[in-house]
Amino acid sequence: MSEEKPDNQLQPTGESIIEIKEMHKWFGEFHVLQDINLTVQKKERIVVCGPSGSGKSTLIRCINRLEEHQRGRIIVDGIELTNDIKNVEKIRAEVGMVFQHFNLFPHLTILENLTLGPIWVRKTPKKEAEADAMAYLEKVHIAEQAKKYPGQLSGGQQQRVAIARSLCMKPNVMLFDEPTSALDPEMIKEVLDVMIELAQEGMTMLVVTHEMGFAKSVAHRVLFMDYGRIVEQNTPSEFFDNPQHDRTKLFLSQILH
Amino acid sequence: MTGTDIKQIEETIKPPLTSVGGLGWMRANLFNTWFNSVLTLVTLYTLGKVVPPFIRWAFIDSLWLSTGEACKAAEGACWSIIPANIRFIIFGFFPYESQWRPLVAMVLLVGLLFYSRNRGHWKKSLLYAWGAGLLTMGLLMKGGILGLASVESTQWGGLPLTLLLSVFGLAAAYPLGVVLALGRASRMRAIKALCIVYIEMIRGVPLITLLFMSSIVFPLFLPEGVTVNVILRAQVAIILFTAAYIAEVVRGGLQAMTTGQYEAAESLGLNYYQTMRLVILPQALRIVIPPTVSQLISALKDTSLVVIIALYDLLKTTQSVLSNPTWMGFSSEAYIFVALIYFGCCYFMSSYSRRLEKELDRGF
Repeated sequence: MSEEKPDNQLQPTGESIIEIKEMHKWFGEFHVLQDINLTVQKKERIVVCGPSGSGKSTLIRCINRLEEHQRGRIIVDGIELTNDIKNVEKIRAEVGMVFQHFNLFPHLTILENLTLGPIWVRKTPKKEAEADAMAYLEKVHIAEQAKKYPGQLSGGQQQRVAIARSLCMKPNVMLFDEPTSALDPEMIKEVLDVMIELAQEGMTMLVVTHEMGFAKSVAHRVLFMDYGRIVEQNTPSEFFDNPQHDRTKLFLSQILH
Repeated sequence: MTGTDIKQIEETIKPPLTSVGGLGWMRANLFNTWFNSVLTLVTLYTLGKVVPPFIRWAFIDSLWLSTGEACKAAEGACWSIIPANIRFIIFGFFPYESQWRPLVAMVLLVGLLFYSRNRGHWKKSLLYAWGAGLLTMGLLMKGGILGLASVESTQWGGLPLTLLLSVFGLAAAYPLGVVLALGRASRMRAIKALCIVYIEMIRGVPLITLLFMSSIVFPLFLPEGVTVNVILRAQVAIILFTAAYIAEVVRGGLQAMTTGQYEAAESLGLNYYQTMRLVILPQALRIVIPPTVSQLISALKDTSLVVIIALYDLLKTTQSVLSNPTWMGFSSEAYIFVALIYFGCCYFMSSYSRRLEKELDRGF
């Protein structure tokens, strides 16, 4: 993985793009997210980790309102998330999301998967959208598969297509929800490599992952969540070498062996 | 090992004669257990008893172009009933000299249907062709302009009526069924409740009841002097009935969709209609092609129930021929003929559905 220090241009700009204030969420009686406060700056890369059921996926799914929060505020790119469906759709177009199970559209070709959003949401002319899509497929090293259907691709290839599909919307933020958890081990690297390239271009990224190597080399900040709270957050080096909380230490000892 | 050695081994490992070819097939499929052997023998015996007499009746002793009297003396089938009455069976009471008009209309319809089979032809121009075609068919049937004599719809009957009720019934019921299914899956309570009530009410009632209501009860509610064409009323009843069943089939398809598909579409910023139209329905409808077609086929055959509200569809015109003293007693032949027409229509649909399934197969 890339050892070079990110240059200044790739550092967080200090300008916030996501603001979460005193946010709570319940699933029925279950309090999944408790008093979440988080500010993400432009070009910042955050890795969220924690044991399963700690609410980390729910947290990033709240940011594009795949889950609804019940208290507090979430502001993305200056727009507050409310019940106003128009606002929600606007935010979703600006925020890319990559899922654990890829969720490509199996009835469309790879190219059609990529152009669907631009054509229908951005109203980009078809020709232009296709040229764009091909460029992004090149970027994730999969252009030769454009005419195939998702079912004909391997898991790693599908996940790279899913990343390209999000990029086609030219998002300001990318959310990754355990992007490598459903992959066979030999395919994890090809997906992480694409994510690292994306990081090197200055994309704002929130990544839920168990890939600690990725966190160390790419993240500006690592968040540790447990029981619906952000327990600890720090720079990767501090986080891994000098964890503060007992629960963080326990978690790290379990996953780093 | 030398070449000859290999050849020898290849020869020695050939499968035993009884497991390949026709003999092997018979052994594996017809005589593999004692029970299957008995079944095979019983079946062969029954076929031997039934098939030759049927062939003798239908083809050897049969009469094809005789009069009714000649038929009564004959041993075999009297196919003569068909050519002698073909024009009444097909066109009913449509004025005799104008019967070329429904014929042209039907040819136009069948032609358009066949042309539309190929999905490569699904362009805007095809839509216009259908529009023009339907208009022409309507004009041909109704007349009244361009020197065509006006024909009241009460005189429509036979195959054109059956096709009219089926094609428009199915074409309208399908989209309505899809809308009802989406309504039933909706998060909006009022819409959901409305759709459930509609679907359950219609499904709880036999089609015959709906047809009776459309022809007898419905007119009672109309102001005096206002009438709605009886064919139109039957058509609406068939559409409402079929749509409820299609809705439940489509709902099954919607339930097969994972939340991941909705989430992926929504996270791109697609709105509800785009999500449904571009992502969910294309997949859900493909999954339910087999039950949908089976529903449409049964709806096509159900159109024959319009006889009970005195519409002369294909089945009724055939029955009328049978009440003619000259041709009384040849119902088998007449019904076989009608059955073949129905079979042709249904087979067209089911073979097309198989083709569509294959074409839309994306390996998911």
